[in-house]
Amino acid sequence: MDVLIYLIPIALSLGFLGLMAFLWTLKTGQYDDIEGAKWRVLSDDDLPKRGGGA
Amino acid sequence: MRAPVRDWQAFTTPKPNGGAHMDLAVEGITCAACMSTIEHGLSGLPGVANARLNLTTHRLAVDWEPGRVDADAVVQRLEDLGYRAHPFDPARRTAEEAAEERGLYRAMGVAGFAAMNVMLLSVSVWAGNVTDIEPATRDLFHWISALISIPAVAYAGRPFFGSALRALRHFRTNMDVPISIGIWLTLGLSLFQTMRSAEHAYFDSVLMLLFFLLVGRTLDNGMRRRTRGVAENVAALRAITAVKCLPDGSLREVPLSRVDPGDLVLVRPGEHVSVDGVVKDGTSEIDQSLVTGETDLVATTPGDRVYAGTLNVSGSLKVQVTAATEGTLLEEVNRLLENAAQAKSRYMRLADCAARLYAPVVHSAAILTFLGWYLSGRLPGAEALIVAVSVLIITCPCALALAIPVVQVVASGLMFSKGVLIHSGDAIERLAAADTIVFDKTGTLTLAEPVLLDFATVDRTLLKRAGRLAGASHHPLGRALADVAHAEAPPDGAREIAGFGIEAEVDGRLERLGSAEFCGVDQTVVDDLLSRHPRASLVAYAPGDQAPVLFAFRQGLRVDAAVTCTRLKKMGYALEILSGDRVEAVSSVARELGIATWSAALRPADKIARLEALKAAGSRVLMVGDGLNDAPALAAAHVSLSPVTAVHLAQAAADAVFLGDRLAPVADALAIARRSHAAMIENLSISVVYNLIAVPIAIAGLVTPLLAALAMSGSSVIVTLNALRLKLK
Repeated sequence: MDVLIYLIPIALSLGFLGLMAFLWTLKTGQYDDIEGAKWRVLSDDDLPKRGGGA
Repeated sequence: MRAPVRDWQAFTTPKPNGGAHMDLAVEGITCAACMSTIEHGLSGLPGVANARLNLTTHRLAVDWEPGRVDADAVVQRLEDLGYRAHPFDPARRTAEEAAEERGLYRAMGVAGFAAMNVMLLSVSVWAGNVTDIEPATRDLFHWISALISIPAVAYAGRPFFGSALRALRHFRTNMDVPISIGIWLTLGLSLFQTMRSAEHAYFDSVLMLLFFLLVGRTLDNGMRRRTRGVAENVAALRAITAVKCLPDGSLREVPLSRVDPGDLVLVRPGEHVSVDGVVKDGTSEIDQSLVTGETDLVATTPGDRVYAGTLNVSGSLKVQVTAATEGTLLEEVNRLLENAAQAKSRYMRLADCAARLYAPVVHSAAILTFLGWYLSGRLPGAEALIVAVSVLIITCPCALALAIPVVQVVASGLMFSKGVLIHSGDAIERLAAADTIVFDKTGTLTLAEPVLLDFATVDRTLLKRAGRLAGASHHPLGRALADVAHAEAPPDGAREIAGFGIEAEVDGRLERLGSAEFCGVDQTVVDDLLSRHPRASLVAYAPGDQAPVLFAFRQGLRVDAAVTCTRLKKMGYALEILSGDRVEAVSSVARELGIATWSAALRPADKIARLEALKAAGSRVLMVGDGLNDAPALAAAHVSLSPVTAVHLAQAAADAVFLGDRLAPVADALAIARRSHAAMIENLSISVVYNLIAVPIAIAGLVTPLLAALAMSGSSVIVTLNALRLKLK
């Protein structure tokens, strides 16, 4: 059962990582516009403009 | 007269880094493509640092560097792109609410994280207990669970503890009191069990209870934010601004928060008066229907008082803003409103009723369990205490605490889709209890805009031509005419002749639109039309090449008013009209809608007196009204609705606001409320049945943590599913 000494901290830190990620999404306001987010994926505004492209 | 410049700069807020920020409600967003059009278009302006459109709320946040670009350029660009922007009054935004919401999300995150990790350890212990776990390992798992649970509960439970403390301090009890007691006792018991290396600890139950409750609360909050967001956008579209006359003679359109008593404000014809004040200059007629319910226009000259919410019909007025309005209608309304609101706060919510019954029953059951086991000598003190606390754990207020909020969330979502925006969750319960509906007439049963009479017999080509000219007018009848004619753009060079009408040169002919006299209509024709349509308002049109024609307008009923009234009667409601308008006007509407009980020419205090009489007779009244004169009655009634066109004070006093030109949302809201109330009762019954089964098991001392966890999640899921059933119909 000595392996638990490694496994429990690993499990806890993974969970903690998840919590931190959630708090980060919250802090950066990612739940403010749930409707828009799904469409933003499709927008290609962030691509560099190519000559001749629309 | 020069058009005033809207002072967009007054709507911006400076940012600490020297930049400027503005929030706008944007009209005309139809699809996701609008998002990139707007954001791209604005980012293209030099100096704009960031433009982000929220597709959920239809609000735009723009940041820019002052000096390189200004607010007017931003709004102009939006207009070029085809969207109308409406400013948000920065003074009305509350950072406090946003912080509270973030706190709730954070608490939910922490509770979820802790619940999952503790559950991981608990499942290991449960599995180990039936196999070969060593006591030392189990203790280690329990101690780790305790180390996670204690800080997590202390942090994530704050929304409940705060509310429970506030209630106790006022010698009241609410659902949060048993929740808080249950949480802390369970946590304490688990810690105690851990310290004496016992087999069972309930850390997972505590955290799961917290997590479920926080999910419920977050959903509730999200629904309310969505509703409030729409209400705020509607308010912004109605542009609560005033045109301020500056000492140098220039005019600036500013948010109401920048208008002070003593300021001079210009009100153009066709605009709503946005302040209370005294007319200093100009003469006009005022439509006070929103304030008094009276549909006749009132002539206004310098020295007269005007109220916010009234409509300026014919001439420009300069109004000096007043602060104190002693002895006026407004003061009377405010006084009545305060009294009425106090009376209403005594209403006892269903959830609090349940809590009031639940807490003493469960807590005394726990005490009796302890005494029973201890005094009978079957268990030592500590063991008896554990069994007693397990009674509290298993009765878990979880299902009971979710039973009502979860229905409220689903119901307000349903109402939202029907165009009804609910201000508070308990309005649904009160709406379900209503048995009598009292309507105001003007603006509630009738529409705010007048409708054209004899539409079938009107010459369409003439109507189209008249409508085109009417498009250049500010007069409400002119606007109504332009609307009904689906008119093209008005001709160039139209001149408005104050008090008479409008004229323009079209294709070489002089066309006129306005009073009968102005257009040269014979008095006998006018009298004939008026005898057929008493109390109609007339607009005359002289095409220039033919004889002049008359159009008759009247305040029209909402298109579905009659159908909805029949539907409401079929649903078993008693209907009544209380109006501030004249007897003839009210009686004709009442006859048309088949409403037998009506009163006319009432003052605000009369309306309240009538409501009190109904209340004394045992009726629960739903008041539907829109005017300033209705506001006290809206607050005094058991529950109240107001159309979105209502004055601000009335909307604030009402429990819910309905959108659109139809009356159907009133009936829809009532139907949904009834079904929701039934679902609430079902959920409460489910909780009671669950407790009837679970409590004897707990009293017998047979509860294990696994059983507690299953029972808790099972009951929560059942009440949630039952609430979601509302959506199926």
